[in-house]
Amino acid sequence: MRAAGVDQWLYPTPRGLYCAPAGVYIDPARPVERAIVTHGHSDHARPGNGAVLATAETIEIMKVRLGTEAAGRFEPAAYGATTNLDGVAVRLVPAGHVLGSAQVVLEWNGQRAVVSGDYKRSPDPTCAPFEVVPCDVFVTEATFALPVFRHEHAASEIARLLASMRRNPDRAHLVGAYGLGKCQRVIRLVREAGYDAPIYLHGAHLAITELYAKLGVDLGDCRAVPDDKSADLAGALVIGPPSAIADRWSRRFPDPVTAFASGWMRIKGRVRQSGVELPLVISDHADWPELISTILETSAEDVWVTHGREDALVYELTRRGLKARALALVGFDEEGE
Amino acid sequence: MEPFALLLDTLTTTPSRKGKLALLSEYFRAAPDPDRGYALAALTDGLFPRLPLRRSLATLLETRVDPVLYALSRDYVGDTAETVALLWPEPTDRPPPPRLSEVVTAIANAPPSEIAGTLGHLLDRLDTRGRWALLKLVGGAPRVGVSARLAKTALAEIRPDTAAHAVGVSDIEEIWHALEPPYTDLFLWLEGKAPRPDAGGKPVFRPLMLAHAIEEQDWASFAPEDFAAEWKWDGIRVQIAAHGGHVRIFSRTGDDISRSFPEIVSAFERHDVLADGELLVARRGVVAAFNDLQQRLNRKVVTGKMLKDHPAHVRLYDLLIVDGEDLRELSFRERRLRLEAWHSAHGPPLTDVSPLVPFETRAELDALWADAREASIEGLMLKRWTSPYLSGRPRGHWFKWKRAALTLDCVLMYAQRGSGKRSSYYSDYTFGVWREIENPEAATGPRGDIYPGHELVPVGKAYSGMTDAELIEIDRFVRNHTVEQFGPVRAVEPRLVLEVAFDAIFPSPRHKSGLAMRFPRIHRIRWDKPAVEADTLTAAQRLVANAANALAR
Repeated sequence: MRAAGVDQWLYPTPRGLYCAPAGVYIDPARPVERAIVTHGHSDHARPGNGAVLATAETIEIMKVRLGTEAAGRFEPAAYGATTNLDGVAVRLVPAGHVLGSAQVVLEWNGQRAVVSGDYKRSPDPTCAPFEVVPCDVFVTEATFALPVFRHEHAASEIARLLASMRRNPDRAHLVGAYGLGKCQRVIRLVREAGYDAPIYLHGAHLAITELYAKLGVDLGDCRAVPDDKSADLAGALVIGPPSAIADRWSRRFPDPVTAFASGWMRIKGRVRQSGVELPLVISDHADWPELISTILETSAEDVWVTHGREDALVYELTRRGLKARALALVGFDEEGE
Repeated sequence: MEPFALLLDTLTTTPSRKGKLALLSEYFRAAPDPDRGYALAALTDGLFPRLPLRRSLATLLETRVDPVLYALSRDYVGDTAETVALLWPEPTDRPPPPRLSEVVTAIANAPPSEIAGTLGHLLDRLDTRGRWALLKLVGGAPRVGVSARLAKTALAEIRPDTAAHAVGVSDIEEIWHALEPPYTDLFLWLEGKAPRPDAGGKPVFRPLMLAHAIEEQDWASFAPEDFAAEWKWDGIRVQIAAHGGHVRIFSRTGDDISRSFPEIVSAFERHDVLADGELLVARRGVVAAFNDLQQRLNRKVVTGKMLKDHPAHVRLYDLLIVDGEDLRELSFRERRLRLEAWHSAHGPPLTDVSPLVPFETRAELDALWADAREASIEGLMLKRWTSPYLSGRPRGHWFKWKRAALTLDCVLMYAQRGSGKRSSYYSDYTFGVWREIENPEAATGPRGDIYPGHELVPVGKAYSGMTDAELIEIDRFVRNHTVEQFGPVRAVEPRLVLEVAFDAIFPSPRHKSGLAMRFPRIHRIRWDKPAVEADTLTAAQRLVANAANALAR
């Protein structure tokens, strides 16, 4: 049992998951001396830590979202490069979730644990693909851990969006999408499908989208939604935060078609709640088959399941003869997208 | 099956009527026979009688899906058909999908013991959307926000512009009940390729003659001697078609509701008539409030207890056809005489004739109208003595004169977001009246501090009556005075008084206040009125008592 005893040096605390020999927390919920941040989403990357080890992209994202003073010291690490933290070998490996997202590979005392953060396996042109790292303990998310979640191919969902735009040339299409990752992925996929007109963004999505472009993700002509209410955006594609799509912000557009790009759009009850007309099943998290196959590929003996629907995943892994348990971690958003 | 599944799925997220119509007529134009006919049946009268779906699904899932994962998924999704559609195992090499007509034939021909197996084979050939649509289809009416009438309206639109005559939805309704799925002859006629299908000897629906609400300018030319008056009963308008031993009861939109009222069906079995009347619940000749009738509507199975506790009754007011003789060209005066004569000679049980309300002058009429307070009366009907029976809503013949609405000053308690065009507005309102707290210790209702010793109890919900400008003002009030938020619902500070108008109020054990309103709407926003001066539950109960006393008189 190579995995036995990993929980002696890697365990949850009220501040977050803690690697004791390295004195480092991974995605801490409260400020700590030394942190490793898997990616830039706000439930993983928080301000106020002493030192932050992350990919260069994640650090840039944190600076844009949280300010240049968001951490006492930023320590960029390239994918695959090993950093030694008091005898613990630390390596960041692509997680395929959003630009800069990483799994944290920790090796100590001949044991290897992988903290995967949020991840997905389906292709995403805006970030490096997930890499499988064989390990003894695999820490996995469980956002979409129910067998009802099987995401559609993102490209076919984008085709539905473009078809709706062709069918309704007089209506603006308002797509609700998370500002970091999903928004840029939708833009990139729309571009790959041949749409080259300007894409309009809600103010909240501008800065990160510009950063993506600066970091080499070609997103074409993206601009802010004009303040001038009379601006003619009939037929335009507009992307904004999901909360704005059905709220007051949307009133400036004439008779818009509202859409929401999220893995939750698989479930009709969620579609009804969101009130959108065009649900797009596009997710930056692994679906059920991806979760299971990824876990099996890592050949981990022990699987720790964090935020989301832990019950179903722990049950399924146990049924398959693996050791699995729910890990009570504080501070993560179970909704994810 | 795939085009139909896509249609159903898209309809569920299309809020506007116009959008739904466009989707439906696009489908009816493009889909081949007999698929589109079965789709039409699914959207109107339903395709299959009750199938043992729950049992079949249990059998099917046993061998394919782990029960614990199924239970967790079902809890999360909240809908059995959807859960099964989503977690049905995907075959690695899926055979081609079946057509809708193939699905219908396979299920209709399967003996009960093989329903599960047949369903399993079909599910294996469909993608997620197709599986969902199939299970919705088999489970009864697919609730996608399309009424039978909307489907028929879309159908009327597929007629090509080059056809000799345009077709309206009432032309379809009139022959609808003589037709059967897959409606091939109906489609051929609509496409201008065949004559109108013949109703044959079956009892069919004839579109009703409807009344206009009387307006100021109508009174100017009103002469008392030209009009008959009747009470406007608070039931539902029905047309009873009895012919050759078959009886059909149609609602005003032509929906066949015979199944919910077997006692009325048997009352008319030996008759040959087409009659108009009001369907009511009446006990020993006394008409009950609309709420009683509601217990009988939309019931697929009618129990003996229901027949006994909520006995149906038809109050007749017009005769269109009797023993093959069409009376529709005759004047109302002549039809009325024929109705009375026929009823006194052959009147079926559980029916009577709506009495005429005699009056000589406008002043007498006004007094009658003002005194009408029974819960079962909505006001007066005024019918021109000389008018023939004209389908539709012709001007100048029939008027309805609803009695003045009742009103209560209520306090806004909760607001919910609307849908479609109103999805960014809080447009659905729950309001309450003050109730004295008997036991202040145990008080659970909100905000006794505004009106000491009192709490608010909800008495109703309304989402209409306000102007667009008022909607924006209430929306702003809701956002600025939210005290709690549950998903799309906000609880607000009890500060805004809404004058709510409604047609009737009656006791209802299902509501916390013990009262329910009929057709409540926002009459006025009382920005000026302090919440503490809103009405009390006692005042609301007094309105109920007034109606009961009026009935007893």
